[in-house]
Amino acid sequence: MTTGSAESVQQRIREFLEERIKTNIVVDKDLFASGLVNSMFAMELVVHLEQEFGVAIVGEDLKLDNFRTVERMTSLVCRLRDAPVTDHA
Amino acid sequence: MADTTMTVKCLVWDLDNTLWQGTLLEDGEVRLYPGVRELIQLLDARGILQSVASKNDHDHAWAKLEELGVAEYFVLPHIGWSPKSGSIRSIAEELRFAYGTMAFVDDQAAEQAEVAFHLPDVRCYSADEVAGLAELPEFNPKTVTQDARRRREMYQAGFRRQAAKSDFTGPDEEFIRSLDLEMRIEQATVEHLARVEELTLRTSQMNATGVHYSREALAGLLLDDHGHQVLVTSMSDRFGPHGAVGVVLVESGADVWHLKLLATSCRVVSFGAGSVILRWLTDQAARAGAHLVADFRRTDRNRMMEIAYRFSGFTGETCPCLASLPAGDVSGLQRLHLVPVPQAPPTTMRLIAPDLTAVPENRFSDVLP
Repeated sequence: MTTGSAESVQQRIREFLEERIKTNIVVDKDLFASGLVNSMFAMELVVHLEQEFGVAIVGEDLKLDNFRTVERMTSLVCRLRDAPVTDHA
Repeated sequence: MADTTMTVKCLVWDLDNTLWQGTLLEDGEVRLYPGVRELIQLLDARGILQSVASKNDHDHAWAKLEELGVAEYFVLPHIGWSPKSGSIRSIAEELRFAYGTMAFVDDQAAEQAEVAFHLPDVRCYSADEVAGLAELPEFNPKTVTQDARRRREMYQAGFRRQAAKSDFTGPDEEFIRSLDLEMRIEQATVEHLARVEELTLRTSQMNATGVHYSREALAGLLLDDHGHQVLVTSMSDRFGPHGAVGVVLVESGADVWHLKLLATSCRVVSFGAGSVILRWLTDQAARAGAHLVADFRRTDRNRMMEIAYRFSGFTGETCPCLASLPAGDVSGLQRLHLVPVPQAPPTTMRLIAPDLTAVPENRFSDVLP
């Protein structure tokens, strides 16, 4: 379920955003600075990424910088997905 | 919570021979039973919502309610030919009320039995009991806050808002801007305390510490002069008022502002109310030259609040200023820290808020942005 290359992760994140924001998105565009998404939508994003990719985004990973662009979200998801799952049973 | 579950939050009326004397489709002319208009107004003023479940022709019956001058008091009327249990179920679902807080009054024993069979928690009353309803304990809420008196109006505004939203196809932020939102933050007064207490009790998803403050404890903080600020936030938009939707408890020292509680109503989560309040506080603390430290305690329901803090820039990093704060008396308490920088005003709403950095004499004056 959570297998897939970084490209497919990126693609899925972009599709979700384009569906939600109803506009085309460039992967390195700063979504927050451009006003495309607000802090409210950011919360929805966190929950969506966790459910879609089976990761837990907690503590210091929960910061706006990790969600600014599609690229950053992709690398966050890939890093968490590849990390050894030991802590959360 | 026993008292709150005891209280009826919505009374669903039958019409023929219950609300009015006669059967509309047979008699044509009907009139309200004596005292019913006064009862409707009384329950409305107590913050108890009222609805209709009637087997009638919808347009005909609704026109009659309007003619009788009581239509405005009813939310989500269900007038048609389907079973009343289904009507009550959908009213409760739309209001997000538990069945135990719903009541139903009907002159026909068979209708009461049908509802009781499918929804045993709904309280059923016969038409003879109407005259005495207002005296029953379940129709007497313990406190009637200012918001309770406007509850129906707020729900009606909510329905219009929802309808507008489902008609709107564009980015959410554009929709939010189209609402013409206004947020007012002010120092709480004694009159606010009942609602503030209620907010700390009812906002489990958006309560940063999960701690509930009693009215007495809050009243103590209002009087205490150690820099405690109890701030109450209310919102309105072009559809009407949202009422009091947020509470902030902050102790503002010279070097560090200690944010002990932030709780906002779930009703305004989609407007980003929590983030707007946090950004305003950040700006205020930045002007005062103080660090901001927020108490946060994870509960199984307040994840949204953690995200709001973290996305506003709060981190778990340590800072010497943390040592100056008294230890928390709640287990599992985290202290999130922020070195504040000035913030731009919100782009999605008008904000009217006091200047907490003003000299004490001006403490109660409002500063318009």
